[in-house]
Amino acid sequence: MTSAVHAGVGAVDSGRRRRRAPAPAVLGLLPFGAYVVVFLALPTGIALASGLFTADGAFTLDNLAALTDPVILGAFWNSTWLSFLTAAIGAVVGAALSYAMLGFPEGGRARAIVDAASGVLAQFGGVMLAFAFIATIGLQGVVTLLLQDAFGIDIFADGAWIYELPGLVLPYVYFQVPLMVITFLPALAGLKPQWLEATLTLGGTRAAFWRKVGIPVLAPSFLASFLLLIANAFSSYATAAALSSQGSSIVPLQIRTALTSETVLGRENVAGVLALGMIVIMAVVMTLYALVQRRAARWQA
Amino acid sequence: MAGLTRTGAPSTGMPGTPDAAASAAASAAAPTVTPAAPSPSGARAPRSGRVRATIAPRRATTWVILGVVGLVFLIPIASMVEFTLRATGGGYDLSHYTALLDPANAGKYAPIWRGLQGSFLLAITTVAIVLFLLAPTMILVTLRFPKLRRPLEFLCLLPLSIPAIVLVVGLAPIYLAIGRAVGTGVWTLAFAYGVTVLPYAYRAIQANLDAIDVRTLTEAARSLGAGWGSVLLKVLAPNLRVGLLSASLISVAVVLGEFTIASLLNRQNLQTALFVVNKQDPYVAVILALLALLFAFLLLLLIGRVGTAAALRRSTPRKDPT
Repeated sequence: MTSAVHAGVGAVDSGRRRRRAPAPAVLGLLPFGAYVVVFLALPTGIALASGLFTADGAFTLDNLAALTDPVILGAFWNSTWLSFLTAAIGAVVGAALSYAMLGFPEGGRARAIVDAASGVLAQFGGVMLAFAFIATIGLQGVVTLLLQDAFGIDIFADGAWIYELPGLVLPYVYFQVPLMVITFLPALAGLKPQWLEATLTLGGTRAAFWRKVGIPVLAPSFLASFLLLIANAFSSYATAAALSSQGSSIVPLQIRTALTSETVLGRENVAGVLALGMIVIMAVVMTLYALVQRRAARWQA
Repeated sequence: MAGLTRTGAPSTGMPGTPDAAASAAASAAAPTVTPAAPSPSGARAPRSGRVRATIAPRRATTWVILGVVGLVFLIPIASMVEFTLRATGGGYDLSHYTALLDPANAGKYAPIWRGLQGSFLLAITTVAIVLFLLAPTMILVTLRFPKLRRPLEFLCLLPLSIPAIVLVVGLAPIYLAIGRAVGTGVWTLAFAYGVTVLPYAYRAIQANLDAIDVRTLTEAARSLGAGWGSVLLKVLAPNLRVGLLSASLISVAVVLGEFTIASLLNRQNLQTALFVVNKQDPYVAVILALLALLFAFLLLLLIGRVGTAAALRRSTPRKDPT
């Protein structure tokens, strides 16, 4: 009966649409379209193109030479290994945590708390995470003092590394693990218990299930999440900016320096060149992500 | 799945009773990056005592992993708390908390209140952009331009691939022009924030749109004589309230945590204020950071609860209320 009414409404609907001219409806898309053009397309376009022009507005490829500057190359290298390292740690720890979460019922309180905490730490931490780590392993941090007083270990014997590149590793892992939980837990929860039942019924073992079914099915999701974590670390700015107010060890901090001072390394529009470089790398990573994710989605119907 | 559990779909279209179809409301989009929600598997409750086939780890394994990771993750948060309780002469007291409320320090902490004000203004404006610009466009696309659905999705998820720091490079000249045209008020940042919240807001609203039959609701209301205004406000908005609410809450959370764009465009919001005050009085900065983290946590917990409630209502077949 329901479907009959549905069909009836559908017929009325299509009849009316044929009579009506579509022009006013198209106008309805204009405000959002204009907004996206001005605040998404235009800034992205400017960011991509500004590196390719001189201060006078003439087109040039000379600025791209900045990308071969040892300082810039070093920043890209630092950003890359920092992203890979923290993504790898985050992926492994996050996957383990996701696996543990399967022990709690879906929609239960434990899952809700971990979901909310993951969201906060993964996406809204920024400056506040930097504060947390200064309070923990800063020069006057809780763990720093504890190690000093109780064990006589001075973790800063070789200098205050927390305000330099190595100091970024722990805070980055701290937001990578929750992001892994957010992205990987749905895939893990999508593993069907029936597949395990089938394996056991056919005489297989639990280990065989994981080796022959579980891990092959989850591999694309794991890889996709790993790629997303790389992109996440690569584009992250706030935590690094709050931790190291002077240094420019990674690309986003180089962009800050380039934006706040007129000329960097005696070149023009370095910020634009760096933005271009970042976008290229992000595009590669996110394209890979989309490809792997498509394959992962096969098992998540 | 939602379609199967829906009952009495035609009657729900009446402007007076928009409530019934809300049983089909989507689970609120948690800030997941993979939108695919796993189907609730009933097989996990091993009521039949046959093969106890569950993928879940043993109780002990669960608690060991959770305990170790949880402990490590609690250390920085606990350190923040310890840090704020340190008394100036050694020992612990609440002096840093009382200092925050002491009127004598009003001048010192003024940037924080200004920043907080700015962030709230930005949160409201950004939510307005989501509710009055994004949501109507998504409804319009669902109703009239189904072919544009994929392009719209691509567009809305695009900001995930564009780092905020890159966006800033392009936004700088635009905000120079905006500054000349309408001034450098902090609220203008909301236009940029509207873009950064686009992926999250889109997912939340789209999940809800997928779960209700927008076309049928609209046509039923229209055929009963409702104008487009009442279709939007009295029929669709109530049915989309879970999606709209989660989209709004998550936008608030994103805006309150945003630092990159505000800092590099020289506008003051909560995060830039924390950054500035941290240099004079790190204790107060850490207190406020703790409060902000707690607030974001509660917001997300609320989104989760709203979503679970909606999902539960959806998965349990409704009884006829006669």
